[in-house]
Amino acid sequence: MDLLAILRDGFLAMIGPVTAAYAISAMSLNLQFGYTGLLNFGQVAFMLVGAYGTAITVDLGGSLWLGIIVGIAAAVLLGLLLGLPTLRLRADYLAITTIAAAEVIRLVVRSSWAEPFTNGVFGIQGFANAFFDLSPFPGGAVYGIGSWLVTGRRLWLMIVGWTVVLLVMLLIRRLILSPWGRVLRAIREDEDATSSLGKDVFGYKLQSLMLGGAIGALAGVLLAIEQQNVTPDAYLPNVTFILYVIVILGGAGTILGPIIGALTFQFVFFTFDAIMASAQAEVDWIGNLLTPAEAGQIKLILVGVGLILLMIYRPQGIMGDENEVLIDGR
Amino acid sequence: MRAPFPRLIRLASLVVLLLLAFPAAALGEGETIRGSLQVRADGEQTPVEGVRLIVTLAGDEVGTATSDADGDWEIPLPGPGLYDVELDQSTLPEGVALTDPDRSILTDVEVLEGRAKSVLFPLGESSISSISTYERIGTLFVAGLKLGAVIALSAVGLSLVFAVTGLVNFAHGEMVTLGAVLAYLFHTSSAGPEWPLFVAAVPAIALGAGFGWAQDRGLWRPLRKSGMGLISMMVVSIGLAFALRHAILVIFSGQRRLYRDFTGQGPVDILGIPVVPKHLVTIIVAIVVLGGIGLFLQKTKMGTALRAVSDDVDLSESSGINVDRVVTLTWILAGGLAALGGVFFGSNEAIQWDMGFRLLLLIFAAVVLGGLGTAYGAMLGGFMVGIAVEMSTLIFPSELKAAVGLILLILMLLVRPQGILGSRERVG
Repeated sequence: MDLLAILRDGFLAMIGPVTAAYAISAMSLNLQFGYTGLLNFGQVAFMLVGAYGTAITVDLGGSLWLGIIVGIAAAVLLGLLLGLPTLRLRADYLAITTIAAAEVIRLVVRSSWAEPFTNGVFGIQGFANAFFDLSPFPGGAVYGIGSWLVTGRRLWLMIVGWTVVLLVMLLIRRLILSPWGRVLRAIREDEDATSSLGKDVFGYKLQSLMLGGAIGALAGVLLAIEQQNVTPDAYLPNVTFILYVIVILGGAGTILGPIIGALTFQFVFFTFDAIMASAQAEVDWIGNLLTPAEAGQIKLILVGVGLILLMIYRPQGIMGDENEVLIDGR
Repeated sequence: MRAPFPRLIRLASLVVLLLLAFPAAALGEGETIRGSLQVRADGEQTPVEGVRLIVTLAGDEVGTATSDADGDWEIPLPGPGLYDVELDQSTLPEGVALTDPDRSILTDVEVLEGRAKSVLFPLGESSISSISTYERIGTLFVAGLKLGAVIALSAVGLSLVFAVTGLVNFAHGEMVTLGAVLAYLFHTSSAGPEWPLFVAAVPAIALGAGFGWAQDRGLWRPLRKSGMGLISMMVVSIGLAFALRHAILVIFSGQRRLYRDFTGQGPVDILGIPVVPKHLVTIIVAIVVLGGIGLFLQKTKMGTALRAVSDDVDLSESSGINVDRVVTLTWILAGGLAALGGVFFGSNEAIQWDMGFRLLLLIFAAVVLGGLGTAYGAMLGGFMVGIAVEMSTLIFPSELKAAVGLILLILMLLVRPQGILGSRERVG
């Protein structure tokens, strides 16, 4: 087992564009869940809508940039549609509705009905050439020191991805420190009290859901561009659950929490996976006990166990302030 | 034994799909399933045109095709793996039927990377004329009752747990899977005692109930005592569901499996509608069990206590009800009922690691439709969702079946968020 190589690959995965996309999506979820107390269990739907909005627009002859705008606009609309019937109800109704809506959207996108636009289970590929044409780095070139290398394609994605992370972080920081953000936190702490001060609680929640949806769509767009590929079965409910792990791990209701959470999660996830894979191949009793695929699934069990332990022993996560995570947990 | 290699590819691709949102790795080049539909009679072959074929992967539809004038059909696939191929018998022309009507679904058809796999549906001339509209609607109605019975059995537990603790338990689906998998262990698995299914169901349900008890004692009660909020507990239940689901995946593997008993059972005729006996048993047992639950809630002291706790915990406690005991009992009941639902679900369809999670969303739909926190609402909602989902295939493509149930949920929230039997103050 080459531990140094494993740690290196874990580090390179950690700073990669996928982590940036997850960080953006986690920040959006943090705005909804961490700051406003909304239980959006259908975050993956916003990512799907963003990604497909972009891919379909390009497929129909639009430009990539128009596609990104369409994707984000569609996500805002989705937030509105989901929020209107549920945000006046108790938190668990929003949870149930969002998870159900996310599955409905995935099923419709993969169905033969939508196939003329979405190409069904096969998805849409190769729609982001315009993005890579802008890259100053030749796609095949390799950058780095020693064996710590990234391709030009990946470097371009990383630069854009982490720049977007920074911009979104600054935007959310600005919003949260504004009077608007204070109202959101007040709603999280006590809806009735906020309402009695004359604030339109429903309106603020709706704005939070829609703005979060737009940011979630941006993450979906970035992920889709990275892969040059969208397929419906990449948007399973598990993606949302992993985002919750990231938000809670980093610290719900903090500015940097989701980013720290995404970095930590990706590093631990990839490193653990690589260690399990090499243990399966090299250690006899583990090799006899588990097939390579099963060794790969162990980490998923630990994601769930990790979420339970975090909620019980450190609900404020890495960055959190104990007084900030009060989501009805007093 | 099947060679382990394709199974690994399938599992590996599944994991990649689930986690990294990186499906490109699973995409091969040009895998297809194809065949040619011919009726053989008196040494002559006649092609059969216009028959619909459906390919599914792990219960999700991948593609459909209709046979052409030469009887040929071909369905492109997203990648190698184990697929199920179904011939839609209702689209067979008059006078043509499968030689073996139970073989309308070929399960676990293995497709290797880059290959076209041919499958054969032997057809013959049938004496029965084509299916009438009455028969079609009747068949779908029975299918709806059967699915509804499974949903209702599982949903009552979820709703009761919500009523007494306020928790929406996202790990409830895994309790359904657990029941199905345990019954498989006692019944079909060569590692188990290989009891008949109805015997094997008993320890499966008992262990399911025991798991409900263990969950309450080991996890939920300590969390309640520590004053954890309901939203945090809901997030914990998501973690539990995630861990259990993937633990079952590691132990049970991602394959779809069938129980040995009652597989490929032929239908009997009831009022001109073909009904498979095991489906009838599912519906009858579910109605009896649910009736029993109703009697328990109305007539026994414990049932009355349960209803009191669901109305007002503090008031019940101050009037001398042992709330902890009621809650534990509710969890035991929920675990047992979910396991029973799982055994029926597994017997009617197939046993698979994520079956409970797929059912959970329909359970949610049922519970919201009937009224969250009401036992009778869950029963009613379960049957309504089951029937709506199956009957929807009259109008919508069958791949959107599950979506129809969930859309029903969202519409209900718009019109009457407290559900059919719920009371107004529960939702605010």
